[in-house]
Amino acid sequence: MSTEARAEHFPAADWDGGVLPYRVGHRKLGMWLFIVSDSLTFSALLIGYSYLRASNVWPTPFPFFPSIVFSSVMTFCLLSSSLTMVFAVSASSRGDRAKARKWIMGTIFFGLAFLVLHLIEWNHLISDGLRPFSLPAEWVTRYATPDGTLPSPLFGATFFTITGLHMFHVFTGAIYLAVIATRINKLKHEDVEISGLYWHFVDLVWMFVFPLIYIMSVDIGAH
Amino acid sequence: MSGESHEAVHRHPAPTSFIRKYIFSLDHKVIGIQYIMLALAAVLVGMTMSVLMRMNLSWPGTNWPILGTLFPGGAPGGAMNPEFYLSLVTMHGTIMVFFVLTTAPQGGFGNYFLPIQIGAEDMAFPVLNMLSFWVTFVGFIVILAAIFFSGSESTVGPIGGWTGYAPLSALGQIAGPGQGMGMNLWIISIAIFCVGSLLGALNFITTLLNMRTRGMSLMRMPLTCWAWFTTAVLALLSFPVLLGGGILLLLDRLAGTSFFIPGGLYVSGILSGTNPNFPVHTGGSPILWQHLFWFFGHPEVYIAILPGMGATSHILATFARKPVFGYRAMVFAIFAIGLLGFFVWGHHMFISGMSPYSAMTFSILTLSIGVPSAVKTFNWLGTLWGGRIRFTTPMLFAIGFVSLFVAGGITGLVLGQTSLDLPMHDTYFVTAHFHLVMGVASIFGMFSATYFWFPKMFGRLMNESLGKFHFWVTFIGVYCIFVPMHTMGIVGMPRRFAQFTEYEYLKTLHPLVVFVSIAAIATVLVQIVFYFNLFWSMFKGKRAGENPWEATTLEWTTSSPPPHDNFAGHLPVVYRGPYEFAVPGAANDFVMQTQPEIAHQPVGQEGTSGNGHDGHRH
Repeated sequence: MSTEARAEHFPAADWDGGVLPYRVGHRKLGMWLFIVSDSLTFSALLIGYSYLRASNVWPTPFPFFPSIVFSSVMTFCLLSSSLTMVFAVSASSRGDRAKARKWIMGTIFFGLAFLVLHLIEWNHLISDGLRPFSLPAEWVTRYATPDGTLPSPLFGATFFTITGLHMFHVFTGAIYLAVIATRINKLKHEDVEISGLYWHFVDLVWMFVFPLIYIMSVDIGAH
Repeated sequence: MSGESHEAVHRHPAPTSFIRKYIFSLDHKVIGIQYIMLALAAVLVGMTMSVLMRMNLSWPGTNWPILGTLFPGGAPGGAMNPEFYLSLVTMHGTIMVFFVLTTAPQGGFGNYFLPIQIGAEDMAFPVLNMLSFWVTFVGFIVILAAIFFSGSESTVGPIGGWTGYAPLSALGQIAGPGQGMGMNLWIISIAIFCVGSLLGALNFITTLLNMRTRGMSLMRMPLTCWAWFTTAVLALLSFPVLLGGGILLLLDRLAGTSFFIPGGLYVSGILSGTNPNFPVHTGGSPILWQHLFWFFGHPEVYIAILPGMGATSHILATFARKPVFGYRAMVFAIFAIGLLGFFVWGHHMFISGMSPYSAMTFSILTLSIGVPSAVKTFNWLGTLWGGRIRFTTPMLFAIGFVSLFVAGGITGLVLGQTSLDLPMHDTYFVTAHFHLVMGVASIFGMFSATYFWFPKMFGRLMNESLGKFHFWVTFIGVYCIFVPMHTMGIVGMPRRFAQFTEYEYLKTLHPLVVFVSIAAIATVLVQIVFYFNLFWSMFKGKRAGENPWEATTLEWTTSSPPPHDNFAGHLPVVYRGPYEFAVPGAANDFVMQTQPEIAHQPVGQEGTSGNGHDGHRH
């Protein structure tokens, strides 16, 4: 009997069963675990990218203007969407569902703006001749080393794969938020918070993708 | 009181329609049985393939008319061709590792017993649980489809081994038979399986952390729960990396990228880039695939065996009528094995040409896994020591697990050293090692779990005489199969070869090869007894009470089989650790976890120890 009494009174009882040890419900804990797992998928791709980049001659084709400026605007959109999501969660925690819905709509707007800009960027690179399996002919001559080693066509492969997977996450996130926004009157605050976790995660992934893919490929001139 | 109490969201009423009850069920118990049935079907396919391989190795060139009828392309006239054999190697490995060794221990028994053992009424996400089973099932259908869409007449599926090494697996049709559509389906199946396992792992971890009943502190959980929890963490962290690798491999095949394909390849008489069928590839790294694959692959072998370790600890204590020796050390050993499992993937790649310095690091870390493994082994022996052992069938299989784990683990210390691995890597020595420790030991853990929990799952006991016969033939059989393989490996018999008739130095080994095949066929045949016992006992077995084994954990406090919400509306309260056997002064030789106080009995009066409630003799 003494054990049960202890379970009632001591702070260590957090782990003694019958309670939520992190004071976090199932779905929120599940989302955290999903984020851990998904971040490992991105880690695998980014580590693969680093591995391939280190063992090849890598083109650095992004001039400051327009590429970096353009991708910075994309980054700004995504960062703003995280800010609006913070406001959405905050409004929801005060119980102001109408305002929370508005802020979520703002988040979706910035998310979609990011997607549209990103697709323009993709289209631009594709029309330049970039493919998953080859570089534009102009890049090949421009970034070849003096000893004649050609730049790696893996640039396109890694670029399209990693940014494509990220875009897919933004896209599913926008749909997820749209569902939350339409059903917000039936949902609990925690559901809004969980969707916020996912959205911030997608934003955070971009904070790794942007420097590794874009900033590290700023055009500093040919060899 | 800290924290909120259990949410009500996961509660769902008992289903009434057949489809919601048995097919698209949300009940973790039904889903667990579905996983077990999937594994029982998959293992039949995998075993049949291993018998076909043994037949080809022992009696190469023999005409088996039935083979010729079934696979006119792979075995024209009934004689197996080498491509057919290689695709058997691939499919046997893939089906066994993914759809047997990962589904049965974790998805099957874990799903059924983890919620009951921690005193929960279901998993945290019942819908996700149902999805993870059906996603896995689709993965199984796709891998079976790979057999029929291999894109070549001469095989029964893709060729690439369960590891799918690039560049062979990345080039597509140009690389030869077994590299067409079947290979795409193989990768897609693995990717689907990754998703199913991720959903499952997420569910297991949430359930275990959030849904333990009152009094079920972490250190009062049965060791099975610790094992399933650690396995789920491993799955959560390793499957996404395989998923990432699988996406890249699929892109190499379908989008023309070169992640895993180096430049200047000369394949099937064509130089990369000189023929429209073989576009230019350059800059990729086959080693990168090995890194991504084995970062998943090594934790995967622990995903296969940890649940077996948990079940063994649990069952040894129950039938030795003693507490697990060193419970806390066992928990830390499970965690240490899981943690170290993430830092040793390089030991699969010693012959890949990696730097000897990194090989040495991987080697030292690998050998250090011997420490927690030895902790576990000695604690199992310590649990048995001085116990009043009841040699039931589950106990025999649990002891068999310890034996196989030691026998297979010892050779791990040999292979973990770079200098010894270099000559042995591509020989039967490795085949023998991982089959004993990862394949057969895990399967013994599952046999043990099946015989042990069957009465809880179906309310009836399995037949003991058939079970003991099954144990002894299987136990002797697997040693007859795999001990000679060590010898073959030391002599230098290479793995994955369809036949050895061309090699003078291997001719003297032929009688041994035939012996192994006969042992393998006998061992496979005796599994019919197991299948018969399983399905016969479901309907005709002796009725089991609530607690036929006089065990202490929560699943034995509820009826057999448990009701839809496991505890008929009243969640149990836990007052003590999981293995309180032979407590001095207690009336019985076991004290249930739910028993608040030990009922003392005057000295001289014996409790019910010795025989079960139902008079079942042990």
